[in-house]
Amino acid sequence: MMNLPSPAISVRDLRVSRGGREVLHGLTFEVPRGQVTGLLGPSGCGKTTLMRSIVGVQVVTGGEVTVLGEPAGSPALRRKIGYSTQNPAVYRDLSVRENLRYFAAVLGAPRGDADRVLEEVGLAGAGDQLGGALSGGQLNRASLAVALLGSPELVVLDEPTVGLDPVLRQELWRLFQSLAGRGVTLVVSSHVMDEAARCQRLIVMRDGEIFADDTPDGLREHTRTTDLEEAFLRLIEERAAA
Amino acid sequence: MNLAITFATARRIMTQLRHDHRTVALMVLVPTLVIVLLYYVMDDQRSFDQWAPILLCVFPFLVMFLVTSIGTLRERTSGTLERLMATPLGKLDLLLGYGVAFGVMACLQVALALTVSLTWLGLDISGSLWPLVLVALLNALLGTALGLFCSAFARTEFQAVQFMPLVMIPQLLLGGILVPRDQMAPVLEWVSNVLPMSYAIEAMKDAVMGGDLGGDFWRDVVVVAGSALLALVLGAATLRRRTP
Repeated sequence: MMNLPSPAISVRDLRVSRGGREVLHGLTFEVPRGQVTGLLGPSGCGKTTLMRSIVGVQVVTGGEVTVLGEPAGSPALRRKIGYSTQNPAVYRDLSVRENLRYFAAVLGAPRGDADRVLEEVGLAGAGDQLGGALSGGQLNRASLAVALLGSPELVVLDEPTVGLDPVLRQELWRLFQSLAGRGVTLVVSSHVMDEAARCQRLIVMRDGEIFADDTPDGLREHTRTTDLEEAFLRLIEERAAA
Repeated sequence: MNLAITFATARRIMTQLRHDHRTVALMVLVPTLVIVLLYYVMDDQRSFDQWAPILLCVFPFLVMFLVTSIGTLRERTSGTLERLMATPLGKLDLLLGYGVAFGVMACLQVALALTVSLTWLGLDISGSLWPLVLVALLNALLGTALGLFCSAFARTEFQAVQFMPLVMIPQLLLGGILVPRDQMAPVLEWVSNVLPMSYAIEAMKDAVMGGDLGGDFWRDVVVVAGSALLALVLGAATLRRRTP
């Protein structure tokens, strides 16, 4: 038997309840290393809860989540994972650079890292602006920049491209792909289907369940469409018929 | 716990304050202004000498309680706490970071209030200065620790500010300022015995009276410091890496 590299993330029968209601109903999947994996599905389908479980900040009711060979939430993982929440989690009363320097210090990343990630997310000119003075899109990118500090092996991004114009979105997706090229594993959620085509692997969710886990090409082939949005609709119909 | 992270956190909180001149001005100036007001309201040096130390005791506690409870609540609601809980930052790093940053603010606050009281307002303290400063700072730390703890029970800033009178006023009423503690109904005296502010006020009175700082003073100091430590540990217990 060949010794395959272990997956970046391995999830087995993950169940999560929030507010007395089960929102993830026993998910099982793996995320390969060094790829951009897209997590797709309508809002409220459990994407954020799943990402929080991977990062290890979500109370889970059952199942196993293994990240980079360790149980999710292990202290050893805290330096290896970059995480950006859907609402930009940066201090509005600090400048962008001050935010980045603080988080860099917490992560033990070199001081120069702040300027590197500012450049990467295209905020080099806004480093001295206060978080509160930024536009929504800029704030989002500032929050994304925090997730890129240090040299994370896994980057988990919850809807990083919301509110960005097409040019910026394109630039960010190029950045994600170049990170993956360097061996970083990325999990990126989105509810926009046209972003799915940019991922190497797709996990499609609905109502707390996974109903597709495939490459974009595989998904198109399986549903016999060329359009991923159409593929998504067909999957729903298929489910309803089953 | 990691000292580098604790100090980075303290520095970050100080930087946030530096961007907020109005809050800094309010924190540093308000106690002094109230003490000046008290001086003119009393219009009698002896009563002023009795009341000023109590204000010096109450203010660091009050201001630190408010600023810390709102500050940590903001961390909880803005998502920065969740982000930090996914990093190597330890819970105590965050709490001590707040303690150090606001402790520095408390020093400034007490230094100004004391300087004005001792010079312009002619406050007469018979003993040396350090016991008074020690008690004021411990009180600031206690306020910080209790603020952190209470913020865990507030979901909004409206709720958080309502904890201030809840925590503050009973401690003042039962602390022996208005009625000596041994003249209260037994039940109230028992309650008074478990409230840290009672000990802080007694220690402050001893510090002002000067003379020999006996075992009572040190017992009071230890009780206040112990309460601050306990509140800090309870505060740390309310911070969770994993949330529902």
